[in-house]
Amino acid sequence: MPFYRSHRCPEPRARLGGLDAVRVGLVALASPLLFSARALADDAASTFDTGIFSGVSTPAIQIQTYSLGVVAICAAIFVVVVGFGAWTVIRFRRRDEDDDREPPQIYGSNSLELAWTVIPLVIVFILALVTARAIVELQLDKRPAGWLAVTAVGHQWWWEFQYPEYGITTANELHIPVNRPGARRPTFLTLESEDVIHSFWIPRLAGKTDIIPNRTNHLWFEPLQTGLYVGQCSEYCGTQHANMLLRVYVHSPTDFERWVREQQRDAVSDPRVADGRSVFLETACINCHTVRGTVATGQFGPDLTHLMSRQTLGAGVGTLDAKTLRAWVLNPDHLKPGVRMPAMGVEGESLDQLVSYLLSLK
Amino acid sequence: MAAIDTPTPPVTAPGHSWTDTLHDWVTTCDHKKLGVMYVCSGLFFFCVAGLEAAAMRYQLLFAGNDAIGPETFNRLFTMHGTTMVFLVGMPIITGFGNYFLPLMIGARDMAYPRLNAWGFWMFFFGAFLFYFSFLGADGLYGAGTAPDVGWFAYAPLTGKAFSRGNSTDYWILGILISGFGSLSGAINMLGTVISLRCRGMTFGRMPLFVWMMSVVSFLILIALTPLAAAQVMLLFDRFLGAHFFDTQAGGDAVLWQHFFWFFGHPEVYILIIPGFAYASEIIPVFSRKVIFGYPVMVAATISIGVLSVGVWAHHMFAVGMQRELNIYFAAITMLVGVPTGIKIFNWIGTMYGGKIRFQTPMLFCTAFVFQFVLAGLTGIMLAATPFDWQLTDTYFVVAHFHYVLIGGLIFTIFGACYYWFPKVSGKMLDETLGKWHFWLFVIGFQLTFTTMHVQGLLGMPRRIYTYPSDRSWEIWNQITSAGVLFQAAGVLVFFYAIARALHSGRPAGPDPWDAWTLEWSTSSPPPDYNFAEAPEVHSRRPLWDAKHPEDPDWKHE
Repeated sequence: MPFYRSHRCPEPRARLGGLDAVRVGLVALASPLLFSARALADDAASTFDTGIFSGVSTPAIQIQTYSLGVVAICAAIFVVVVGFGAWTVIRFRRRDEDDDREPPQIYGSNSLELAWTVIPLVIVFILALVTARAIVELQLDKRPAGWLAVTAVGHQWWWEFQYPEYGITTANELHIPVNRPGARRPTFLTLESEDVIHSFWIPRLAGKTDIIPNRTNHLWFEPLQTGLYVGQCSEYCGTQHANMLLRVYVHSPTDFERWVREQQRDAVSDPRVADGRSVFLETACINCHTVRGTVATGQFGPDLTHLMSRQTLGAGVGTLDAKTLRAWVLNPDHLKPGVRMPAMGVEGESLDQLVSYLLSLK
Repeated sequence: MAAIDTPTPPVTAPGHSWTDTLHDWVTTCDHKKLGVMYVCSGLFFFCVAGLEAAAMRYQLLFAGNDAIGPETFNRLFTMHGTTMVFLVGMPIITGFGNYFLPLMIGARDMAYPRLNAWGFWMFFFGAFLFYFSFLGADGLYGAGTAPDVGWFAYAPLTGKAFSRGNSTDYWILGILISGFGSLSGAINMLGTVISLRCRGMTFGRMPLFVWMMSVVSFLILIALTPLAAAQVMLLFDRFLGAHFFDTQAGGDAVLWQHFFWFFGHPEVYILIIPGFAYASEIIPVFSRKVIFGYPVMVAATISIGVLSVGVWAHHMFAVGMQRELNIYFAAITMLVGVPTGIKIFNWIGTMYGGKIRFQTPMLFCTAFVFQFVLAGLTGIMLAATPFDWQLTDTYFVVAHFHYVLIGGLIFTIFGACYYWFPKVSGKMLDETLGKWHFWLFVIGFQLTFTTMHVQGLLGMPRRIYTYPSDRSWEIWNQITSAGVLFQAAGVLVFFYAIARALHSGRPAGPDPWDAWTLEWSTSSPPPDYNFAEAPEVHSRRPLWDAKHPEDPDWKHE
């Protein structure tokens, strides 16, 4: 069995093979160094875990196995070198009973120096080969047939997700199907930027890939468990880089299909919030926001067609509820200093009506 | 030694007023005075950058803290990073090089004393301009702001569209100008090493300090020029409507990254090799043994220099390079570990069998060796491309390069300060205070930077001014911030020790450590023009030969 496998679901295994024993050994070696981090990650094995050793998806799991191997090798080197160094420092410290004569002067040793050149060279050679193989297996730039295509567009400071197959556009919260043996639907992201460089990163699903203006990058993952996985922009992108959070909801195939059907519908047009609707359509909101089925077709801000199907607002700066939404519309800068959305000057009764309308966009 | 044409040094007569003293320092072309000025400026900016870091650590104490807003925080990390690299690391290494390189090769000054003074003032005014951004960046009508684009100033965030006002221009010009100072310093050191060695000082007998500073000078020439070019291109973008990096007009953001890291990675070696240089002088003296494997140390330094210009894109594994490039840069980066490992082994080999005196300089260098092992190994992890896809731009990277630049460079700089302060001032620094400084700083360093690895593994990106409370990062950030107090206390003890030594320190004498290189053969502080008579050497350790005529080094080399 290969050290790790590319874009294939791991199958259940009955017993440990030879390489698995090696892997367990490596992990055991690495564990002292990782103990604290892993222990903590286990404690927090909550929804909001972002530990890089808590992978639940291809390629995060493969990266994790590979990385633990690298860590184990480094930990072994660390123990040997630091152990020997510490022994040297203690053994050869000057003692009170020492006389003032200088110790024997040793100018060097060809055999020793050759040894500590060649052995590291061999280690580096092996490590480089393993790395090359990992890169070749994990880095794909074409979308295999049948994979779910999503385009992720980075904006200052929020995420836009487009599903070209389904005609859906949403923001900040990505919904994808889970993968099970026999029912695979890996997600293949096309990454584009609207302004500056961002980086897409959900540690438990995959490593990060930068989003670069004028370039198209790709990232793929194949989650094996349903649930919510979080992350955030990880390339400094300006004032609100810290509040450019990301959520990925991994659904069972049927739940995902249901979510797609709901998103494909036009926005609800509830007559009870008609006042708010006209506030929305008659204010500059529509310059930046789209609500499908209305004249609002703005492109600069998040699509609000199914706003209330999301859990957060402002790319994770707050929970999406009536109170936060009201505060947000009144003055976005108060919740998220530097945000591109201006305060629209909607106050009082109009604000209540507008918020009621937004809350109806299920 | 050939007579060289140097300007007449200022004559300091007794009873000079302070303005005369100031005039002496401002107009000096003396390599020693310039060296002191470089190091003092560097230590001043070290305190400034430290305060900036402390402010950031205060903001990160609590999840969702709003003590410092995002704009200020972003300026703080930009100023902190740029300051530490360009206004702390560079001047201090140049300062030590300036002071001791001529002394170690038996020269009376640098090859180009006036260029030397020019270089210092370019650095000084570059630094001044950079910090003037706090007042002037918005123009005369505004409140002013410092740059907030990060120390590597990625395009297109630096474009006019995303960086209005002039803060980015201050970053460009301040660093460009201080860079000219570094370039002139590098030319000067190379000229000195090539042409001003004393009789008998062949290349094979130069102290490792001199070898390593020569390699550093070459690297400065290779690395700083592309940065200067890229900065000028960015100025063209910002003022003349060029589109090199302006993505909105078809420019290329990744091009900037290539330019920057082609400078940026050798820059790391430009900063750390002088650390190796100090350690390679201090460890033998305090182990009472000759350096183990001198030729291999030289060869390893040169290989690090050569390899360092071919590894830059390991900073860019996440930009979506072709597989082939990713593999190349991973492999070549790992290869740097081999010569670096050789150095570690040779230092331990030097200590092995010695009688190690753990005075303050040696304490700092010993801690450096151990910390640098970890710094190197986390470097291997970051070079392992798939691992780097997870680690890059997280606190793990921050931990790694602080282990290199604080655990490596700053520790050896402190060691070098304790080691050479007696030579520069003629006074000894207090050993007890030195030990307090060392232990406070080690504890603070470990608290701050070891825990940062954990935050990185837990998925905390760098450069965020706040984080959600649900991420389990808070406790680690608090430990990290607590370390700042210990480090600050250590640094305060250091400055107190200097003040006390200057005021009432024990006289050092010419050779307080019983050392072996030429700078210890002259008085402390050395007189103008260093040596009354040009020295002549027969081995790598001229003072060992003088002290042990029965078993001189030249019999063994």
